[in-house]
Amino acid sequence: MDDILLQILNGLDKGGAYALIALGLTIIFGTLGVVNFAHGALFMLGAFCAVAVKSLLGFEKVALDPTKLTAWGTPVEIRTPYIEAWFGDFGAQMLNFSVPISIIIAIPVMLLIGIIMERGLIRHFYKRPHADQILVTFGLAIVLQEIVKSQFGANPIPQPAPEIAKGMVDFGAMIGLQAGGVVYPAWRLIYFLFSLFVIAAVFSFLQFTTFGMVVRAGMADRETVGLLGIDIDRRFTIVFGIAAVVAGLAGVMYTPILSPDYNMGMDFLVLSFVVVVVGGMGSLPGAVVAGFLLGIVQSFASMNEVKSIIPGIDQIIIYLIAVVVLLVRPRGLMGRKGVMEQ
Amino acid sequence: MSKFTISRRGLLKSTAIAGVGIAAPTILTSRAWGYTNEPTGGTVTFGFNVPQTGAYADEGADELRAYQLAVEHINGEGDGGMLNTFSSKALRGNGVNGKKVVFVTGDTQTKSDAARASAKRMIEKDGAVMITGGSSSGVAIAVQGLCQDAGVIFMAGLTHSNDTTGKDKRANGFRHFFNTEMSGAALGPVLEKEFGKDRVAYHLTADYTWGWSQEGSIKKYSEDLGWQTQAAVRTPLGAGDFSQYITPVLNSGADVLVLNHYGRDMVNSLTQAVQFGLRDKVVNGKDFAIVVPLYSRLMAQGAGENVKGIYGSTNWHWSLQDEGSKAFVSSFGKKYGFPPSQAAHTTYCQALLYADAAQRAGTFRPSGVGAAMEGFKFDGLGNGPTEYRAEDHQCFKDVLVVKGKENPTSKFDVLEVVEITPRAQVEYPASLLGGELGPYNDGA
Repeated sequence: MDDILLQILNGLDKGGAYALIALGLTIIFGTLGVVNFAHGALFMLGAFCAVAVKSLLGFEKVALDPTKLTAWGTPVEIRTPYIEAWFGDFGAQMLNFSVPISIIIAIPVMLLIGIIMERGLIRHFYKRPHADQILVTFGLAIVLQEIVKSQFGANPIPQPAPEIAKGMVDFGAMIGLQAGGVVYPAWRLIYFLFSLFVIAAVFSFLQFTTFGMVVRAGMADRETVGLLGIDIDRRFTIVFGIAAVVAGLAGVMYTPILSPDYNMGMDFLVLSFVVVVVGGMGSLPGAVVAGFLLGIVQSFASMNEVKSIIPGIDQIIIYLIAVVVLLVRPRGLMGRKGVMEQ
Repeated sequence: MSKFTISRRGLLKSTAIAGVGIAAPTILTSRAWGYTNEPTGGTVTFGFNVPQTGAYADEGADELRAYQLAVEHINGEGDGGMLNTFSSKALRGNGVNGKKVVFVTGDTQTKSDAARASAKRMIEKDGAVMITGGSSSGVAIAVQGLCQDAGVIFMAGLTHSNDTTGKDKRANGFRHFFNTEMSGAALGPVLEKEFGKDRVAYHLTADYTWGWSQEGSIKKYSEDLGWQTQAAVRTPLGAGDFSQYITPVLNSGADVLVLNHYGRDMVNSLTQAVQFGLRDKVVNGKDFAIVVPLYSRLMAQGAGENVKGIYGSTNWHWSLQDEGSKAFVSSFGKKYGFPPSQAAHTTYCQALLYADAAQRAGTFRPSGVGAAMEGFKFDGLGNGPTEYRAEDHQCFKDVLVVKGKENPTSKFDVLEVVEITPRAQVEYPASLLGGELGPYNDGA
């Protein structure tokens, strides 16, 4: 029972990341009709926002100690972050909370990146075939990866969670089970809650604001909305920016779980596309449900009991589900009738 | 009319003379005299095949720095580095066999097919007489096979699988780096000393040649101690998030987690294992232990403070205080501003060892260089007295057992040497790992 609960929790935090990335992908596909293979790169750029913020906050004053020499004969460098030198303990706390602080920075940065991407490149491919869109966005993802690698190197860069969120939570005791049976990392639970919050915020924005209403109308019938005198293109540009922000936030918060490196977006991209296909192309609730569902299924498939029956199932289960869904219900779990069924 | 008669002896003589006559042009112009990319001008070309893109690009960049330094030293530039401490004095700082060393580079991308393509290009188009480098056993084995077929020497870079000098060994291939068998032999006694004989181990293993090799060696030596193996779970290469494999460990009853992962996988699985509280957990009345059999300081930096107190093994570390290591760290540090990695050390050694063997042999012919390297005993290259064993072309030397440092003084100071395991303790009979060297191929 404890093991099952642990795997469910594991699936939920993993599923949170899948759902957020898939949500952004679906928003872009639903509004602009673009298959964005650069979406994983946006997740990675979000993570590197956290790296950049930590580097900026931790910018160091370097003093040389001539009394001590390195193994190669140069004076030893004594490095102190300026922020600690200037603000003492408050500065140290700023560094400690660099990941949450990065969220505030990442929102405008990712919005800007999204808008530049859409205006500068993606919009020229709206009327082109999906194959062209895939090629150009995939190419863009590689360019973004290489830029990040040239600046930050190829090795993963550790981004610890704030001290207060580093420990474990006795989740079992919280829900009335035996203490110590289901103990789970606090940051992963925070990640799951954070993903729920962002998903709720996106849905509320689309559901309860005038802007959201126009966007939903545009998703249903772009031409008619245009005939009403609404500049739908401008709004869709902002929608692209919002999708970039969602992916970026997912990346920022994921950094204490997975040390960021330039390639991390690619790991999530393929899985997120599978999530979109299973959930239903263009269906926002479908992307969210499928994200969590596939996260949990993937976790269960990795259990030794399951692997002892079907060896290697953990590595193929997601794709197996995608194949079955495409064969049995091509429009996905919650996709609109007709989509992907021609 | 004269009668034409022929005796049996006469026939044999005539046949032998005719045979030599027919074969002479071939003997004079091919294999017996020429060999692949025999240098004819004033230079000799080495081919450095390292990952310049992909996940191991930083390690590849460090290998390339070391190779450049080695070439400088061989050609008599710079401070000479470990040439000053190397026990062999054949190299005199004027190149090799009177030829200045130049080099070309290739990008392995840590993919076997890309690595073979770049090695092929360096051999066929650039005239490389020797190929060296790499950061993966899969790549090393693939390139070693290509070099054997092409008739050039392959001096392996960072490759730790037993198979490189075991079942997949080739006459033209030589490895300075240690292997998983040696890691197991070195780690065994330290694990016993630190954690005792009554332990239950859980393995997470990268699902490819090196991972299997590493898992096998650690299981062998830990079970010899009396440890039980609870489970050995294969994980896909580059899984990213290993949490679904770590959660079953929590309540499994195991009190040791062995992470048979390298590079990015090691950084991620170790970070996540610590995140799940395994380093601070108490199971079966004992402190839970995590072991990383193959450490890379360059990669360990990526795991940050999570490496603290975690045991593993490594081929070499820049904090060693022997004269060879000090000379190399000083030379490398002065040129680049930071200490070299173990990948840099092994590749620097390989370049020097090849050059030295070619100089002693007086030729770049693979069979000549190989013969000079086989059974070669040397010292002064940072690992104590070392031998290139003739039977499998594997270097035998001391192995380092290291631990993540509790109080690092800099970002490079992440590991501390716990024990230098003497060479005698990690030696094994060549027959143990199987395979056949076969004959040298001089190519041409």
